[in-house]
Amino acid sequence: MASDPAPVDVLLVGFGWTGAIMGEVLTAAGLNVLALERGGWRDTPNDFAVTFDQDELRYYWRHRLFQNVAHETLTFRNRGDQVALPMRRLGSFLPGAGVGGGGIHWNGQVWRFLPSDFVARSHNVGRYGAAAVPETMTIQDYGITYAELETYYDRFEYLCGVSGKAGNLGGKVQAGGNPFEGPRSRDYPNPPLAMTYGPTLFAEAAARVGFHPFPHPAANMSRAYTNPLGLQLGPCTYCGFCEKFGCGNYSKASPQTTILPILLSRPNFALRTGCEVVKVELSADRKHATGVTYVDETGATIFQAANIVVLSAYILENVRLMLLSGIGTPYDPRTGAGVIGRNYAYQITSSVNVFYDDKLINPFIGAGSLGMIVDDFNGDNFDHSGKGFIGGGYLGVVNTGARPIESHPTPDKTPKWGSAWKKAVAGNYLKTVSIATHGAVMSHRGNYLDLDPTYTDALGRPMLRMTFDFTDNEHRMSDFLTERASDAAKAMGGREIKANKRSGSYDIVPYQTTHNTGGAIMGTDPKTSAINRYLQSWDVPNVFVPGANAFPQNAGYNPMGTVGALTYWCAEAIANHYVKSPGPLVQA
Amino acid sequence: MARDGMSRRVALRLGAVLSAAALALPRSAFADTIRRRLPWGPAAADRPERIDARPGYLFFTDAEAAFVEAAVARLIPKDELGPGALETGVPRFIDRQLAGPYGQGDHFYLQAPMPKGVATQGWQMGSPSEVYRLLIPQVNRWAADAYGQAFAALGPDKQDEALKVLEKGDASLKGGVDGKAFFELLLQNTIEGFFADPIYGGNRDMAGWRLIGFPGARYDYRDFVGRHGEAYPLPPVSLSGRREWTGKQS
Repeated sequence: MASDPAPVDVLLVGFGWTGAIMGEVLTAAGLNVLALERGGWRDTPNDFAVTFDQDELRYYWRHRLFQNVAHETLTFRNRGDQVALPMRRLGSFLPGAGVGGGGIHWNGQVWRFLPSDFVARSHNVGRYGAAAVPETMTIQDYGITYAELETYYDRFEYLCGVSGKAGNLGGKVQAGGNPFEGPRSRDYPNPPLAMTYGPTLFAEAAARVGFHPFPHPAANMSRAYTNPLGLQLGPCTYCGFCEKFGCGNYSKASPQTTILPILLSRPNFALRTGCEVVKVELSADRKHATGVTYVDETGATIFQAANIVVLSAYILENVRLMLLSGIGTPYDPRTGAGVIGRNYAYQITSSVNVFYDDKLINPFIGAGSLGMIVDDFNGDNFDHSGKGFIGGGYLGVVNTGARPIESHPTPDKTPKWGSAWKKAVAGNYLKTVSIATHGAVMSHRGNYLDLDPTYTDALGRPMLRMTFDFTDNEHRMSDFLTERASDAAKAMGGREIKANKRSGSYDIVPYQTTHNTGGAIMGTDPKTSAINRYLQSWDVPNVFVPGANAFPQNAGYNPMGTVGALTYWCAEAIANHYVKSPGPLVQA
Repeated sequence: MARDGMSRRVALRLGAVLSAAALALPRSAFADTIRRRLPWGPAAADRPERIDARPGYLFFTDAEAAFVEAAVARLIPKDELGPGALETGVPRFIDRQLAGPYGQGDHFYLQAPMPKGVATQGWQMGSPSEVYRLLIPQVNRWAADAYGQAFAALGPDKQDEALKVLEKGDASLKGGVDGKAFFELLLQNTIEGFFADPIYGGNRDMAGWRLIGFPGARYDYRDFVGRHGEAYPLPPVSLSGRREWTGKQS
């Protein structure tokens, strides 16, 4: 094995959003940082230029920018008594690959979680009593509050140039914004995007039935923007190839558009592409990481020494690397002991279509986060008494652009092919609005991640095994959200509506969201969390694990705003505290 | 520079399983350390490849072609609304897809064992090209048993009936193969060919897009965002332009 024993200060495993933020903050603090990325370099003019970016088949259906499951996937089952089988093609979620990771093909939906989301257990027990949280529901408090995280949310939103309207400035509710959000220190850096017809019809109807619609916060630029690092983004052109695509127009925040040109110019930063980290190497007492072993594109195995190791891959790979490296105790669902793999969660979605005869919606005009949202039924924004569930989600019309292979809605009872299907597609494509619901998933004792006993990746390492299903809590919650979406849909004045409820077991085939969470969660007790409130491993204190793996349960929002804020919080803890006095930042 | 590091590396590693020779490549071949520069260069665009323009089919045998042409003509038929999948080149689209990396399963995990599993676990079959090759004869044999002739020789009503049975998973195919999963793949590929950019061989003359009113590969709707309820005035455009620009069918 080749070896580079000269340690770098910080080694980043994976170079998407969290790696880029870490690299920027830690190089600015004077540390030497090396990022190892298993995929290749990606940039706007070469990989998703406006001359060929509008290609639904190639980018979405043939996975041009996504993780290639031929090389690495996971196995999946709904319950522990089933045999997990490989996810042989992508479907339900779409992790990224290469420099920028999922930050290239995301929608740019930048949310803050509610203050109550950070104290989910104590808040729900406090308001509804201990019985509101069943024994098998393993939700926890984060060990950090919204107030502590506010300035880091703000920093990520200004980095990304988020377009939106504040709903709460310093405790004062603002007309036109989200009245339920936590207090902000200042408004978004950019005004909301121009609104298309579908979201506008939804917002008018939602207001009529007593809801409080507001523009979706979007890392799609409503105007030209220069971010705090001095990087310039151009105004969004509403092309409709945003979600699942790169932006050819420098209008969507990504590591490429908001950080990399600055970070890559710094002398104390280096990036190696085509290098897959296979293990974090530990000292004999397993309390200190000495560096990582990686395999480069020739198959050569190389050791790289490091003083600090940051796992900044996608959450599923972060958890797998901890399991493969022996960092922390693996979770055992039979006893509930152990922490690595514990509290895996996801999201639950549904939709309601509204079909018009007389309104041209032009759904092909869109942007990843262009829409109008209702947050009245998220988190604990409403009284859950007697409802039989906790948590919630948002509902709204997000006009991402109706690419026709994916999006050709048809009314109820339409066959899936033949002349009747063709007629329904032709008659409804331009005249349909779809209300989406985006619901939280609580953590449950039987939902977890571990290593698969049978299947391996292309390097011969065990794959991650996902055991996951929706529980009664999720189904009741999602049905409730679908009913509220139907309330708005009925007020929209269409010819007919169609409610697409989420029923039955979680299915890994249809696309839902790339919002996998948990598995290496943050908390205040090493018995029930893998990392402390600074996202530092309890067991190996020079390993930090920023990402949605830190969420003790999922919230009813897209995760990236909170992931960005937590990453800034973690990076500052390293730069300001850990470097001065290496060791645990929290005493167990 | 490793522009497409992942796919090359996958090829290398999958190749390495079969042949240790792959490991003999020099280390400098693909590895890249990026320091104090942005690795941008001219003429490095990852543009889509042109499909093989030779006439006829590259993947399908005559019998397979007959089945696919007949099936897609029922899935998206020619009717009073306009051309269907057959007339817009969908069989050729599927043929080129199956002859290329998608058909080989370049983004499918194909390691054994491959038990059937439950529906929520998804695809548990081989690559798309393997599935078409294996399943078409099975479906034809079943059609001959059930209806007296191979699928392509049946009348349209009988074809529709056979497709409905296949769609439900009720066709008794030999060898326990999953007829329902094959039907879903065939339908998905047919819809892809009907609505994908014409550069891939289907959606001839953008007929799929014209049918529904999708304007195609445009990139700027700023002037039209606020014009609620108005008909978008411009015709569709492909990544390769429009016939009016080039004189060629797009």
